[in-house]
Amino acid sequence: MKKRPGLASLAATYRRELLAYVTTPTAYVFVAVFLFSIGLFTFQIGGFFEARRADLTPFFAFHPWIFMVFLPAVSMRLWAEESRSGAIELLMTLPAPTWSLVLGKFLAAWSVAGAALLLTLPLWVTVNLLGSPDNAAIFTAYLASFLMAGAYIAIGSVMSALTQAQIVAFVLAVLVSFLLTALGLPLVLDFFSGIVNGAVAEGIARFSILHHFDAAQRGVVEFRSVFYFVSLIALCLSFTALAVDARRGG
Amino acid sequence: MLLQVDGLRKTFGRRTAVDGIGFALDVGEIVGFLGPNGAGKTTTMRMIAGYLEPDEGVAKIFNIDVAQDRRRAQERVGYLPEGAPLYGEMTPWSFLRFVAETRGMSREAARHAVRRAAQDARLGDTIDRPIETLSKGYRRRVGLASALLHDPMLLILDEPTDGLDPNQRHAVRDLIKRLGEERGLIISTHSLEEVEAVCTRAIIIDQGRIVADKAPAALKDEHGSLERAFAALTRGEERV
Repeated sequence: MKKRPGLASLAATYRRELLAYVTTPTAYVFVAVFLFSIGLFTFQIGGFFEARRADLTPFFAFHPWIFMVFLPAVSMRLWAEESRSGAIELLMTLPAPTWSLVLGKFLAAWSVAGAALLLTLPLWVTVNLLGSPDNAAIFTAYLASFLMAGAYIAIGSVMSALTQAQIVAFVLAVLVSFLLTALGLPLVLDFFSGIVNGAVAEGIARFSILHHFDAAQRGVVEFRSVFYFVSLIALCLSFTALAVDARRGG
Repeated sequence: MLLQVDGLRKTFGRRTAVDGIGFALDVGEIVGFLGPNGAGKTTTMRMIAGYLEPDEGVAKIFNIDVAQDRRRAQERVGYLPEGAPLYGEMTPWSFLRFVAETRGMSREAARHAVRRAAQDARLGDTIDRPIETLSKGYRRRVGLASALLHDPMLLILDEPTDGLDPNQRHAVRDLIKRLGEERGLIISTHSLEEVEAVCTRAIIIDQGRIVADKAPAALKDEHGSLERAFAALTRGEERV
């Protein structure tokens, strides 16, 4: 009995990749560092208690910035490690469509990000004990954060496919993630408005991750933001597949 | 015809690695690829296994063009890459399961295939130990088992006995001979003695071209010994 080849290899890749995350200590270290820094930012810098408001705004506001460093660390091994160890040769001589490998790996890394997010749920419980927050808004913000995490992982996946060195994949992914995140910041916007007119600068800002996460973290679901993140993921994964397939050219 | 290779060419930058290689292979044949390092053996094998695309020429497995219809061709090939790279943190059992399931086997079929391949490759009780803790010989056997999982008609083994001790080498050679009875095999090796011991045919490659394609016995008759044949036919970098 044969399953559909693409789905079978996707599932097998996903399982293998997830197993690699849970059996090596690095993923735990990354998740621990993530939880530590999100706590530090939320309470120390975000002034969670000082605000005396039962919401998670100071928590979500830091997600793009922490993801930008944390998620490239999760995704850096996806393809770089395969080429370094030579296992990529084994993978690419199996009769599996490239997209199924790309997607399987991406989903595994995204699951790690999701697990890290789940571990912040006690915070949600806490604000409910302290007051009565808008739980629907928090739920939306969590979903948006998860979707955004997918975009960062997808960026990391492309960078990992471009190099054999995990550290290079990491640095490139942080760099690209930063640019794409910060396009919406006044700092960057002012720079652009110096060269182009305000309308164009405004247009550029619409392509930033920050811009699209902004409304969502306040609990507003905007279709175009969902569309933005999904397209960013699809685009990056397509580039990953192209980069992986380009190896066959030699 | 099990395998038909015609005019394969591959260049990397300005270096021509494979320069017009062609041969055919039938069931029951065990072909030994011989040649100095950098002669193009691995590149040729990679093109047949569908890891690299040729710049020119075709490789057809059961008349399926590897470059045109890669996945269908790959379903019919078992390939052991040079050095048998594996995932060190996995056990042979989970690794072989992964390969079987990626090949599209159902869980039941995968379990069955893994058990059979592990037996063929004599993995014994190493099946539950992390691959990174295994000896080179056992790692090579895990690689072999992964190439045998789907019971392919064509096996391409890049240096299957490299780095093994004499006992392990003997065991792998026996396995190769047994497999060769009803399949087609290509193995690459630096051991001329191995070619004599297991191959029905020797293909000597030098600078990307086939310089001899004969039975080992015929090469011996012509040159006195395989060593002499090898030395006479190839321009090794060592002899300036």
